[in-house]
Amino acid sequence: MGLSGKDLIGLQLIPAEEIKLILDTAKPMKEIIRRQIKKVPTLRGRTVVTVFYEASTRTRVSFELAAKYLSADTVSIAAGTSSVSKGEGLKDTARTIAAMGADVVVLRHPMAGAAELLAHTIEAPVINAGDGAHEHPSQALLDLFTVREKKGRLDGLKIAIIGDILYSRVARSDIWGFTKMGAEVRLAGPATLLPPGVEKMGARVCAGIEEAVAGADVINILRIQMERQQQGLFPGLREYSQLFGINRERLKLAAPDALVMHPGPMNRGVEIAPEVADGVQSVINEQVTNGVAVRMALLYLLTGGGNQHEIAH
Amino acid sequence: MKLLIKGGTVIDPVAGEITEKDILVVDGKISKIGANLSASGAEVLDAGGKLVAPGLIDIHVHLREPGFEAKETVFSGTRAAARGGFTAVACMPNTNPVADNAAIISYIKNTARVKGAVNVYPIGAITRGSKGEELAEMGDMKEAGAVAFSDDGMPVMNAGLMRRAMQYARMLGLTIISHSEDKNVSAGGAMHEGYMSTVLGLKGIPASAEEVMVARDILLAEETGCQVHIAHVSTAGSVRLVREAKARGVKVTAEATPHHFSLTDEAVAGYDTATKVNPPLRTAADVAAVKEGLADGTIDVIATDHAPHTIEEKDVEYEQAPFGMVGLETAVGLVWTELVATGVLTPLQAITKLTLNPASVLGISKGTLGSGTDADITIIDPALSWTVDPEQFAGKGRNSPFTGRLLKGMPYMTIVGGRIVMREGIVE
Repeated sequence: MGLSGKDLIGLQLIPAEEIKLILDTAKPMKEIIRRQIKKVPTLRGRTVVTVFYEASTRTRVSFELAAKYLSADTVSIAAGTSSVSKGEGLKDTARTIAAMGADVVVLRHPMAGAAELLAHTIEAPVINAGDGAHEHPSQALLDLFTVREKKGRLDGLKIAIIGDILYSRVARSDIWGFTKMGAEVRLAGPATLLPPGVEKMGARVCAGIEEAVAGADVINILRIQMERQQQGLFPGLREYSQLFGINRERLKLAAPDALVMHPGPMNRGVEIAPEVADGVQSVINEQVTNGVAVRMALLYLLTGGGNQHEIAH
Repeated sequence: MKLLIKGGTVIDPVAGEITEKDILVVDGKISKIGANLSASGAEVLDAGGKLVAPGLIDIHVHLREPGFEAKETVFSGTRAAARGGFTAVACMPNTNPVADNAAIISYIKNTARVKGAVNVYPIGAITRGSKGEELAEMGDMKEAGAVAFSDDGMPVMNAGLMRRAMQYARMLGLTIISHSEDKNVSAGGAMHEGYMSTVLGLKGIPASAEEVMVARDILLAEETGCQVHIAHVSTAGSVRLVREAKARGVKVTAEATPHHFSLTDEAVAGYDTATKVNPPLRTAADVAAVKEGLADGTIDVIATDHAPHTIEEKDVEYEQAPFGMVGLETAVGLVWTELVATGVLTPLQAITKLTLNPASVLGISKGTLGSGTDADITIIDPALSWTVDPEQFAGKGRNSPFTGRLLKGMPYMTIVGGRIVMREGIVE
């Protein structure tokens, strides 16, 4: 069994069985990362191109390492933001890369729908590494992987997602992913940063932070962007921290063994108190490791991998 | 030169009746309407099984000339109109330079006289450069042939300035056409704000961005006594505001576009930039309200907001693409398929909203079949099924969200001033 689609654009249209397949495949991948010699020949002779129209060290390096651990060649293109404003840059860049023989293209782009546009333009599989406020499926998959690994299941868990939901592609992918796997998703954030109709995606919008956190098994804290304050979407970081920041007291409202997650990079002291970020319940660093494993699984599955024995020896 | 249109079902919006009659056209004017007419030396057109209506009038069109000739020109846009069954169009002033003075208005009128396939009525800008800062020379533009004023797409955000514009337009006896959008509310949005914008991660344009301006301009119309026409009504709230205003006696009229009564924001899934339009495609509840407004007379006019763009401009990321879709060549098919076949409007109501009512908004003596008037006549085949294929369009734009859609009802012949400009889809 493999993935039914050519690309991975988002989790909205991926069935639960395929999500499970990706998570199952990531498990042996994680073992490879732990080896002293982190290299298997699975994707030898294949080329993975990462195209980033937005600065992102974390996600780009994660994809590149994932490709390298599988022996693929990697090329990364940091497209200037100036070419984005011209629009047609994306399609032309895509055709050029495809013509050079890329086997997988990983795209990060500031505009929603860019990954889908690319996927329709080229024959090679496209992995969406974040398109505007639309989706960031590999981040959600690593969140799912981390929670499943720690809790042994996803079904029936209570997941609180806190912060700027409106502009968050991570939140959208998390909502689709966690609800598909049977978890309950609760949202809290400033009213101006909650997108309309989000309940229809299967999440519950809570009246306040306490309601969202109460009894939660996971608290996923989103990064609050300074830019949103400049846009006048909330009054200021000080008040944000008071109303929505996760500190030790608020963490106590959650289940005693609740996990604290953050897609990074963190604003310590704003959306997350330092003692929570570094506390025993935090799995933030482990998320990063799992990110590489999940991306290895994606590269493997999208290049036609279907036989897990290959990786597990 | 004589034309005899025989055996058609004549829809007369003035008399409010549909009867089988013949129409005799002599020297570009309607000479006689009656049963079993005959005339020696006349070209006889068999209109059996077809509907014969006054020439259709689209009061919301972007011809793009001068300045954006790659998108459309007076030549190509009026051919799109002819193919769509329209004998007259009113064109919006957002050209380059903006049609904010008599010289540009004259230029458009002259170009239309030489190159146009149908009648062209320019709409002048309300403010200089449509910048929303100072009034344009509306009086001069009226002299040159402007039939109404609008800062379409660049709405006048300053209520004080809009108020003065209405006072001034009232003095001139011309209508202000309001593209109702509060730019502070819609800021940066690419589609309707709601569940679909949330799922797609696109910034939304809430219904209130339109409704606060509809409300404002109704209040200003009420105060100034100016005739105000609300362009492309797209939300249930706007329909309600116009309905209430009309009940109070405010001199307000309204239009709806075929896309706003045929499509919802669900069409945006897949990020097809042909669906990007301003005001945006709204929800099913809004579509239902627009249809209700059309049925109960709240919405007087059907207009297309024909907004052609080049393929390169539209073949980009959704947020980068310009707003607008072409509409002239699909309008009749959509009106018949979505409104007439479904019983929302009778054929007479539909034709009235495409002829008499738009003429009355602009104050032009068109849209009737009166004897002695210009022989602008549209013949529609209501039974013809066809599939929308932008490659067949006479206009330059291919940006139609209806590509591939099966429609029933198509313009069969377009006659402008007694001259056949379109016959069975071929513009002559």
